[in-house]
Amino acid sequence: MPKSASDNRLLDRVWRFFASVKLTVTVLSVLALTSAVGTLVPQNQDPMVYFRQFGATVYRLFELLDLFDMYHSWWFQFLLLTLTVNVVVCSFDRLPAVWKIAFDKSPRFGPRQFKKSVIVAEFAAGQDAAQAQTQAEATLTKCFRSPRIVNDEAGYAVYAEKFRWTRLGAYIVHVSIVLMLLGGLVGSMFGFEGFVNIAEGEQSDVIHLRRGHETRQLDFAIRCDDFDVSFYSNGAPKEFRSTLTLIENQQPALTADIIVNSPLRYQGINIFQSSYGKLQAEHDHQQAPLTVPDKLTLRFTSRASNMRYFKDTVIGQPVDLPENAGKFVLIEYRPQAEFGGQNIGEAFIGVLTPAGGQPVEVLLPLRFANFDKMRGGRFSIAVEGDFHEPFHAEEPPERYYTGLQVTYDPGVLLVYAGFIVMIIGCIVTFFMSHQRYWVDIRARKNKIWVSVRGVSNRHQLGMERKIEKLAHRLAPANTTIERKPQ
Amino acid sequence: MSSSLSLSITTFVFCLAALFYIAAVIFKRPMLGHLATSAAIAAWAGNTVGFVQRWIESYQMGIGHVPLSNMYESLVFFAWTIISVSLFVEFRYKNKLVGAFAAPLAFLAIAYASLAPGISDRIQPLIPALKSNWLIAHVVTCFFGYAGFAIAFGLSLLYLFKQPGDHPDRLRSYLPSAAFLDELTHQMTLFGFLFLTIGIITGAVWANSAWGSYWSWDPKETWSLITWLIYAVLLHARLMRGWRGRRIAWLSIIGFMAVLFTYFGVNLLPGLHSYGQG
Repeated sequence: MPKSASDNRLLDRVWRFFASVKLTVTVLSVLALTSAVGTLVPQNQDPMVYFRQFGATVYRLFELLDLFDMYHSWWFQFLLLTLTVNVVVCSFDRLPAVWKIAFDKSPRFGPRQFKKSVIVAEFAAGQDAAQAQTQAEATLTKCFRSPRIVNDEAGYAVYAEKFRWTRLGAYIVHVSIVLMLLGGLVGSMFGFEGFVNIAEGEQSDVIHLRRGHETRQLDFAIRCDDFDVSFYSNGAPKEFRSTLTLIENQQPALTADIIVNSPLRYQGINIFQSSYGKLQAEHDHQQAPLTVPDKLTLRFTSRASNMRYFKDTVIGQPVDLPENAGKFVLIEYRPQAEFGGQNIGEAFIGVLTPAGGQPVEVLLPLRFANFDKMRGGRFSIAVEGDFHEPFHAEEPPERYYTGLQVTYDPGVLLVYAGFIVMIIGCIVTFFMSHQRYWVDIRARKNKIWVSVRGVSNRHQLGMERKIEKLAHRLAPANTTIERKPQ
Repeated sequence: MSSSLSLSITTFVFCLAALFYIAAVIFKRPMLGHLATSAAIAAWAGNTVGFVQRWIESYQMGIGHVPLSNMYESLVFFAWTIISVSLFVEFRYKNKLVGAFAAPLAFLAIAYASLAPGISDRIQPLIPALKSNWLIAHVVTCFFGYAGFAIAFGLSLLYLFKQPGDHPDRLRSYLPSAAFLDELTHQMTLFGFLFLTIGIITGAVWANSAWGSYWSWDPKETWSLITWLIYAVLLHARLMRGWRGRRIAWLSIIGFMAVLFTYFGVNLLPGLHSYGQG
């Protein structure tokens, strides 16, 4: 079907629209602004939380705009798509012209191209024009590929250039953007991201997907042989380690330890140490309910002197800190306390009111006697007593479960290729340039003068130095180089 | 001598360098310029020594790790990157002006590290998430990026200050040409952009090896992307639409605000980078 003129005009207008840098600047700005919104509105939380936080009207509006999962919303994906089309169309629109310049077999050279030379570096080269010419020719042939010599009635001149291909630098960066977005697309279409909690000694071949509340069956089962967590003396976690065995067709295929930052990869699937927790020992719990002893002993250790003070107390009874430093009261006992998202076992919660200060909540885990030192207060507090026996006498050895992140992303290779291409592209675009030089040799005032001019398609500031440098290479040693503005 | 003593002395020397640079620009005495450069080199050396000492001390405590693991250590390193880039520019372009902005910024960074409440200068053990070889590559590249943007920000302020009026008053006549400022700002932006790009990329590769996802829209990641987008807008406006001068200077200032938010502000939001807080 032959295209009508109006069809062509419309197509042309669409092409112009997507080839415009205005669109690029607009889309990049809108992406920056909207991305910020997603950092202010917490993402992917329970609808109830949002409802309570924002109220019904705002909740419905945000829900409509997909603001609770905005980076995966249709309009954000649409912005990314627009950027991709923009990058591709822009590149195809401009590439032919730049390509022609970059790979021109017979580039045009003449004084006209050097009108924008920032400086002229000149020196007097004695009396012998032929010698100066041979010298210039030899040096330039060494530094540049195929310099061009023009010797006509206008005078003797050598033109030389390098890094013409760097004019393509921006397109290298554009290719990298497309690679990354493509990799992201492949990942979201064919990959998955899920998690599974496995108790020590047990196994699972089903994971919960992060998005969509679905599960997925793996081709192999993961068995958690052992889980270990170790702590530094200040109570901060040191290492989480899971010993895993992968079981394929009822046969153990592989046993390996994983820690944070050192995952296991099997059949393209990655298994990461992500979290852990303590299993509730349910029946034991019922048989021997934990009771808090009537009397507890508080230990206060002075940070300055390391001096220790002991005071007896019960929950709810305030005690005075030594040295009139304030008041402290235990308010609660928790069998499963959390710190920084980690289960740290049995702990007391207290409220410390320093003399002349605001009350602060203090966490005192029983397993880490020096835990409160981390707070950095005047006194560190710990709960002491014989309660370890009654607390743990009836309990079986602790059992943990390990929390694993399980992912498969066939797009990663594309994204990584994009990373490498982007770094190369940025270096080429920012720090290399197409440099052209014009060395002109002519007689003036009974002397032979060699003048060097140069232009580059980027950063003129660096060009000044490069022109001078070339003049120095051309000149015999100890020659004074004069630099003049063009 | 301990690292904290070295770094305290260094903070003082940074203050001296900042004062000398500013005095050198105002009074235009070569002597002041020499003093400023000497103080800056001394501060750089002191900062380097303090950094290395802290590294050694962490090994003596049995929890050895590169001192780039919390807010205090990153601020000390930020000061070091700023003064390193500034000295490089000063020697390369034979211009002391950049120091008049860089030295005060470096001083602010290192002084804030020791004085701000809630920033602990104690050497703490490395939490499991940070135990990776990517830590050094990621933090070093990010902070060189931040340093480039910080200096571009200082130069942009100066540009806006220099450009509005045409009457050459006393101070303005000592400043270099607007074209030079504009070009130098651009060079610093390119430098910052390259390093921010590598910083984000190393972060993504690290995230993929630690958490199984190279990008999870965590607030710090997102804000680094926002920063990257703002500077990408700046570069396209300049290189493709020919923007120069004041408009670019404003974009550069907005970009640096995003850098500051990525660095400090994000800690107010919940996310994976929470260890950067205290």
